[in-house]
Amino acid sequence: MRFKTVTSPHVLADRSVGQVMRRVLYAMTPGIVALVWFFGWGVLINLALATVVALVAEAAVLTVRGKPLALYLGDYSAVTTAWLLAVALPPLAPWWLTTIGVVSAIVIAKHLYGGLGYNPFNPAMVGYVVLLISFPREMSAWLIPYGVGQPHALGLLDTLRIIMGGTGGITLDGLTGATPLDVLRTKLGLGLTVTEIRNSPVFGIVAGHGWEWATLGFLAGGLWLVFTRTAAWQIPVGMLGGLALIATIFHLVDPLRYAPPWFQVWSGAAIYGAFFIATDPVTASTTARGRLIYGAGIGVLVYIIRSFGGYPDGVAFAVLLMNIAAPTIDLYTQPRVFGARSG
Amino acid sequence: MMMIVAIVALGALAGASGLLLGFAAIRFKIEGDPVVERIDALLPQTQCGQCGYVGCRSYAEAIAAGEADINQCPPGGQGGVAALADLLGRDPKPLDPDLGPEKPKMVAVIDEQSCIGCTLCIQACPVDAILGAAKHMHTVIARECTGCELCLAPCPVDCIHMQPISPTITTWKWVYPAAEARAAA
Amino acid sequence: MTPPFPFHGGLKTVRHKTESNRETILPGSVPERLVVPLRQHVGAIAKPLVQAGDRVLKGQMIGQPDGYVSAAVHAPTSGRVVAVDQQPVPHPSGLPDWCVTIESDGQDRWIERTPVDYQRMHPSDLRNFVRNAGVVGLGGAVFPSAVKMNLSGHCERLEQLILNGAECEPWMTCDDLIMRERAVEIVAGIHILAHLLQPREVLIGIEDDKPEAIAAMNAACSGTGYQVRPVPTRYPSGGAKQLTKLLTNKEAPVNGRSTDIGVQCFNVATAYTLHRAVAHGEPVISRIVTVTGHIAQPRNIDALLGSSFADLIARCGGYREGVERLIMGGPMMGFAMHSDGVPVTKATNCILAVGADALVEPPVMPCIRCGDCVEVCPANLLPQQLYWHARAKEFDKIQDYHLFSCIECGCCSYVCPSHIPLVQYYRYAKNEIWALEKEKQRAELARRRHQARMERLEREQREREAKLRQKAPPRAASPLDGATAGPSPAEPASAAPASIAVNVERSE
Repeated sequence: MRFKTVTSPHVLADRSVGQVMRRVLYAMTPGIVALVWFFGWGVLINLALATVVALVAEAAVLTVRGKPLALYLGDYSAVTTAWLLAVALPPLAPWWLTTIGVVSAIVIAKHLYGGLGYNPFNPAMVGYVVLLISFPREMSAWLIPYGVGQPHALGLLDTLRIIMGGTGGITLDGLTGATPLDVLRTKLGLGLTVTEIRNSPVFGIVAGHGWEWATLGFLAGGLWLVFTRTAAWQIPVGMLGGLALIATIFHLVDPLRYAPPWFQVWSGAAIYGAFFIATDPVTASTTARGRLIYGAGIGVLVYIIRSFGGYPDGVAFAVLLMNIAAPTIDLYTQPRVFGARSG
Repeated sequence: MMMIVAIVALGALAGASGLLLGFAAIRFKIEGDPVVERIDALLPQTQCGQCGYVGCRSYAEAIAAGEADINQCPPGGQGGVAALADLLGRDPKPLDPDLGPEKPKMVAVIDEQSCIGCTLCIQACPVDAILGAAKHMHTVIARECTGCELCLAPCPVDCIHMQPISPTITTWKWVYPAAEARAAA
Repeated sequence: MTPPFPFHGGLKTVRHKTESNRETILPGSVPERLVVPLRQHVGAIAKPLVQAGDRVLKGQMIGQPDGYVSAAVHAPTSGRVVAVDQQPVPHPSGLPDWCVTIESDGQDRWIERTPVDYQRMHPSDLRNFVRNAGVVGLGGAVFPSAVKMNLSGHCERLEQLILNGAECEPWMTCDDLIMRERAVEIVAGIHILAHLLQPREVLIGIEDDKPEAIAAMNAACSGTGYQVRPVPTRYPSGGAKQLTKLLTNKEAPVNGRSTDIGVQCFNVATAYTLHRAVAHGEPVISRIVTVTGHIAQPRNIDALLGSSFADLIARCGGYREGVERLIMGGPMMGFAMHSDGVPVTKATNCILAVGADALVEPPVMPCIRCGDCVEVCPANLLPQQLYWHARAKEFDKIQDYHLFSCIECGCCSYVCPSHIPLVQYYRYAKNEIWALEKEKQRAELARRRHQARMERLEREQREREAKLRQKAPPRAASPLDGATAGPSPAEPASAAPASIAVNVERSE
């Protein structure tokens, strides 16, 4: 009998890129549910819109590049990028904002660098930063969460109308408000102390009413990702550890001007970023020690941007800056080879 | 005043740099012309003369002197051009098509029935890979043959031909996973 | 008992051992025709001692070892040599190799077997005997054991002698069965190794999914001081370096040998054949082969070398429906065969038939840098970096990442979510690097020959001029003019033979 020949190994584990990406989507669900509860339909509409735009954009680029569509669309990487970005956008973001962000992420940040696996920068964060810098006003129009003196003001159709075609008579002023980090930053600038600022109702129990529940949801999903070894544990540990450490130092030095570390860790996109953004394997460091350093670098940068930089939250910039450093970190943190002397 | 300070400062800086460079030029001076050695090391040593020079060493010297271009060696192939480009910091270019195509490795084989023992091929071989004597059988020592083809022309009875080297179980190599690479690219 | 010292990485795989380890070893039959390759070991191919038409006896040496790293090859049965030529052999290339084809006469007559008293032999005589008996590593690597039985100055004496009964590859059970059924003879073989190498400790590593084998070896080792050490079942614990680490917590140096740390490792089946050779005068002419997978009745066969794969498969009831691939070795490191008409060699530890339903050939995606390959690599390498550099054909950079420390175990390819054939890239890179080395050596040789030729021509030129100057002075003194005293043209025909005779170097 004659047989077909191919190289070893002849068995493969039952894993795939699609499986990894889908797990990220599953892990995001608890956080998304909390966001929808507190901020309304806008979150879902953004997710749906972003997904559709991402798939269309990816299909278009793949066709231009002559790649097989089914294979690459089926790896869920475009959908994952879309969701990661959509969650980070304000719930009432206009449709063109979401579209521009997703197209920047998929076409520019991902495919122009070579497609899946070749991009040096986190595509979702590139999309986010493009929007933040180009449209700062729309990007800061965050809704006041449900429960802070605001019932669910907008139904599904109203939300859809706002996203698709502008406000149409409904004033957004009554609906939007600053995020906790935004409030912290502004009021610190006005000379109030941290304790005074945190008495505002928008701060909720720990770090922002409504936001903190979403953070809890993302934490749950993120821990599941780590336990199923889908995401490397060194990155969230490094990032949150680094952030907590530097926040602790500054808080001990001057507790009135610097918020406590558990607030820093729980607020904004710190936990979301730690488990979902920074853990993007393509753009992060690959060695174990390297990942700890990479995470820690992000954590420290987040704190610096939050406290001394020009934006209320710095996760996106911190991630992009550490993306630049990742290859160098890899170079200097190679593990000791079996049989080699250490060092 | 400021101008004088500036001139003195810059002059001192220039002087210091010059001293440092001069010291380095003397302390770290290298004997001979290492570039020629390094170029020669990259050439395939076929000694065929297709580049237009007699032997690979002459070609290496010509490249170092700037008289020859780096794309004149077909036996070295495009890989050789790339290696030379890398070494000399120049842009790689395609092999000069006038000099002949890049051919697979071959060895010369003498048809012993037709050989008349004239020794013309022996004199032509640049690495003395042909064994024989006047009026005696000539044969190519296959392991020494570089495939330069210089012996083909002088033979008056045209009894030498080139044979490609086919892989045996000891020379076989795993192939580049090309199909997979194309899919992953 | 000291606990096993884990090595980095590795995998828990599905075992598939019970398919073939519930039956005893089936004695092999004598096929009508045996094709015995002369190259069944690492090192120089054996030199044929017979030619077509010769009659041979069972156990007669038909291939002589060529040099130090080589081993002999023997006739597995009595009969007549049909041919000494190129025949298909089990090799991933599908290329043929030199084989001695023997037509058996059905009588299976042995040569006169002469055992030796190893305790009275000089060590180098014993090693030569072992080389001439064709004893090589039967774990799959077929390295000539005589070479490994020589410490050759790497260390004063051995600290640990390790016997490898781990058998970590899925599906394979030949070592399991030989330990269960022939433990006493294995231990007798260990006595020989221990006598020669004088280790402080003898450790026998067996994966803990083989309780019967562990019990059998324990019983056979009672009173000897040899320690049977079960190790956790984890692929690739049977790799020599990994087993050494598990049992002794020592790591063989990257550019050195295991004897540098006082350790040497032999497969249990090798110890068995060593005993048969020394105590019974029987050279290596057979081995246990596991025939399993998509087969009607999978089991282990004590097969004669030179029987074809098809013969063995037929003895196990033939293929089941839908066989698509035939592998020599295990599913992780084995080589796919082009056909089943190839002969069993000393390296054939397992014949694995894979059905279409078990075959996976998923499409290859780009590397997403997930790092799972780094987590499972038992050699602590960065498979990702090796992949990037192999792909880019950067053969200098890849060696910075210790490409040659890769044991090609396949763990990285197994876990890769993008299904990249990583091991294939590393094999390609290693082959290319070796080929480039050979090319460089050839080029260096050509350069030296060319230089020598140039010098020879110059020297001849100088000699001719010197000769002419000797003749010239009487002429120059003469007042006569117009004398046509030109130098005679060089006579290539007469000059050539002498210089060629001088210049033909012995090429290496």
